[in-house]
Amino acid sequence: MPNRGETLKLSETAPRAVITVIAMSGILVMAFILYFLTKEGIPILKDASITQLAAGRLWYPVSSPPLFGMMSLIGGSLAVTLTSSVLAIPLGVALALFLTEICPKRISGFFKITLEILGFLPSVVLGFIGMVVIAPYLQIKLELLSGLNLMNASMLLGVMILPTVATLSEESLHAVPQSQRDASYALGATRCETMFNVVLPGAARGIAQAAILGVMRAMGETMVVLMASGGAALLPESAFDPVRPLTSAIAAEMGETSVGSAHYHALFFMGFILLLITLSLNVLVIKIESRGEVK
Amino acid sequence: MKMLSMVVLCFAVLTASLFAGAAFGAEEISINGSTTILPFAQSTAEAFMKINPSTRISVSGGGSGNGAKALIDGVTSIAAMSREMKSEEADAAKANGRNPVKHIVAVDCIVPVVHPSNPVKDLTTGQLRDIYSGKITNWKEVGGPDKKIAVIGRDTSSGTYEVWNEKIMKGEQVTPRALIVASSGALVQAVAGNTLAIGYDSLGYVNEKLIKALSIEGVQGTPDTARSGKIVTSRNLFMYTNGNPGGDIKKYLDFLVSDDGQRYVAREGFVTLK
Amino acid sequence: MKDTDHETRGEALLSALDNSGDACPIRPNYAVFRKFADWLATFLLCSSMIFVTVVLCAILFFLAAKGGGALSWEFVTEPPRNGMTEGGIITPIVGTLQLIFVSMCFAFPVGVVTAVYFNEYARGGTLKKSLRLAMRSLASIPSVVLGLFGLAFFCTFLRFGTSLLSAGLTLGCMVLPTIVTASETALANVPQDYRDAAYALGATEWQTIYGVVLPSAFPGIITGGILSVGRVAGETAPIMFTGAVFFAPGFARGVFDSVMALPYHVYVLATAGTNIEKTTPLQYGTILVLLAVVLGISMVGMAARSRLRKDVL
Repeated sequence: MPNRGETLKLSETAPRAVITVIAMSGILVMAFILYFLTKEGIPILKDASITQLAAGRLWYPVSSPPLFGMMSLIGGSLAVTLTSSVLAIPLGVALALFLTEICPKRISGFFKITLEILGFLPSVVLGFIGMVVIAPYLQIKLELLSGLNLMNASMLLGVMILPTVATLSEESLHAVPQSQRDASYALGATRCETMFNVVLPGAARGIAQAAILGVMRAMGETMVVLMASGGAALLPESAFDPVRPLTSAIAAEMGETSVGSAHYHALFFMGFILLLITLSLNVLVIKIESRGEVK
Repeated sequence: MKMLSMVVLCFAVLTASLFAGAAFGAEEISINGSTTILPFAQSTAEAFMKINPSTRISVSGGGSGNGAKALIDGVTSIAAMSREMKSEEADAAKANGRNPVKHIVAVDCIVPVVHPSNPVKDLTTGQLRDIYSGKITNWKEVGGPDKKIAVIGRDTSSGTYEVWNEKIMKGEQVTPRALIVASSGALVQAVAGNTLAIGYDSLGYVNEKLIKALSIEGVQGTPDTARSGKIVTSRNLFMYTNGNPGGDIKKYLDFLVSDDGQRYVAREGFVTLK
Repeated sequence: MKDTDHETRGEALLSALDNSGDACPIRPNYAVFRKFADWLATFLLCSSMIFVTVVLCAILFFLAAKGGGALSWEFVTEPPRNGMTEGGIITPIVGTLQLIFVSMCFAFPVGVVTAVYFNEYARGGTLKKSLRLAMRSLASIPSVVLGLFGLAFFCTFLRFGTSLLSAGLTLGCMVLPTIVTASETALANVPQDYRDAAYALGATEWQTIYGVVLPSAFPGIITGGILSVGRVAGETAPIMFTGAVFFAPGFARGVFDSVMALPYHVYVLATAGTNIEKTTPLQYGTILVLLAVVLGISMVGMAARSRLRKDVL
């Protein structure tokens, strides 16, 4: 039976080949994303130079002549990301500390489910709450020009990234060996001192990763900022100024442009910028992680 | 594990339903375009489908530009537009072998709107221009209370913005401080929730309980002033087809401009042709 | 490494204690101060958790109170009528299910296969590394950017148009990394003994994977799948330009039809419509249904997961 060995071999190599090829579609998808974003985004450079794009403050994409200054939009993105991170990251780490260090095991499961549910809230629902409930309230209570502003959007974004930060921090706090805590207690440290001097430093790398992932999510979130941030393309001077982050500009304007126009390419270019920012943050996360692995 | 197999079963049923129906080919009309036109495009589509059950009409929004884009690409049968097709769009359509034909389906005018609690009733074109370009920033300057003005506008690429830009702004830039919202309905929400706000919207979206329409130069936005062009912001609303339409598309457009169809236009708050 | 770690930590701790001692000028009150700080930290951490729980409950109760009145059998079984001001939301409900289905048709098999590759076949090397990098990058891409990609690639380049297929595939790309991660964990949890036993019985590599490893990892894989379905159901940004429409005359009858989807319907009701006042109850009702779908699916996944964990233990 000379054939048997061959078929056996084929029955082994065929699945391996098929699986490898299918698995590679992940690389393919990523390559396509990079290719199409670049292909549709780069042509804007024919209409505006990089400095005009990056340093121009005026975003009038359809006036004649069109102005494609993205600085205010990028600034808006950074502002919401920063504000929401400042609000959510400390709170997220606090939650993680509570869950690992204070909360009794029996009820921590309940709180973890609470966090998870918070993470599953669809962004359009939070955006809706921001637009319909929080905005009028803020406007009247604080006598603002408008309740649709940086703070409104940042609070909701904070809610969105909170579960990410808390869950990932909790994992890394959990990974700090119990023996280190015991050692600290043995030295007479209080729980508070143990947390801040032993547990937190021990989990610093993981918490940094969690924070960056949170920042990444805040940067890319769309519906909340589209509905609650006000949409004025200017650099915010206070926390209650309206902003127009990149994501909301893309979502709001994509439907209105004609394919192939400079505006269309400008919007893809924004997508390209967002892609670059998130990818470099991603590389940062991987760097932090791999530094941990080197022993 | 039982639950899981239920999930799998549900999916299987869904697949079947997904691919089974595709074979029947009732003619499908798709309308794509301006968010302004959506409300009456949808209600006339519903009414038309009731009379002609064999026809299916889907309506999607996204904006006038989106409608034009879809018509150019040949993925929609009707492009709903709140502005006329630009020459570059028409050129692109020609280059793709399409021949956009314009149909006027309704009349509209754009009116400035404020919160109902605002005492201001009338603004001149000049005042509106100054408010939107950022020269007037306090309601006091136009006869209101001593409060700042929250200027709310529309995306620069919407049809509503373009009419406003042409008729009111006359080429001046809208201040970058203006809040920008993405659709006509969102503008209503924003103005209704803000006592200091001013916005502009199509007459059809004005709902007295939520927002108050102002007159421009003493002219109220009404069906008559819009049709006669007495109010400066009057405009026509269009549907574009590829070539002269036939079949169900023609039937739908005929229905839309008929008295029956125009009733729905009126009911949604827009201005009928006659 | 571990020991030196301990030592340095111990030293750091001691010096920290010393420092805080130096920093505190009133020696006798030092113990009181430390106790107070400890109490304060505990209090703050507890209240942060309570605060978050209260916020979540407030959101859910508020939505339930506002939208409860709109819910009825008609609301979930009838299509929207009269310019969205009447009728129900069956069309977007079914549309969302169809989107879930199409996205899973792509993401689930590809995700599982990728996990199998990572866990069973890959032997390091550049290929594995670049695939890993690709997956992590994919996971980090903002959803609106994926929407742009879907528009440029599926809708325009592949000429799928704004359709169920384009939107479903875009969502599929979005959840692919989640499914890969979940399946990898499930595969890694299959004890090595199982594989060894299969090989000892003379099974080939593929027979082992197909006959032993996959079946025992299957519950875990499905659980991961269900959890990612929750995400697909709630996303708006990727489908805005790729397949969701304002109004569709009925259910999509094929993959090239466009669909209505629940999250997009919420957005549409809130921001486009001449009768925002009339649709307010419908807006809250739709949100409740969307929440029920998303949280329902997710909770099924969470329940399955906790049962799975108990089984493992």
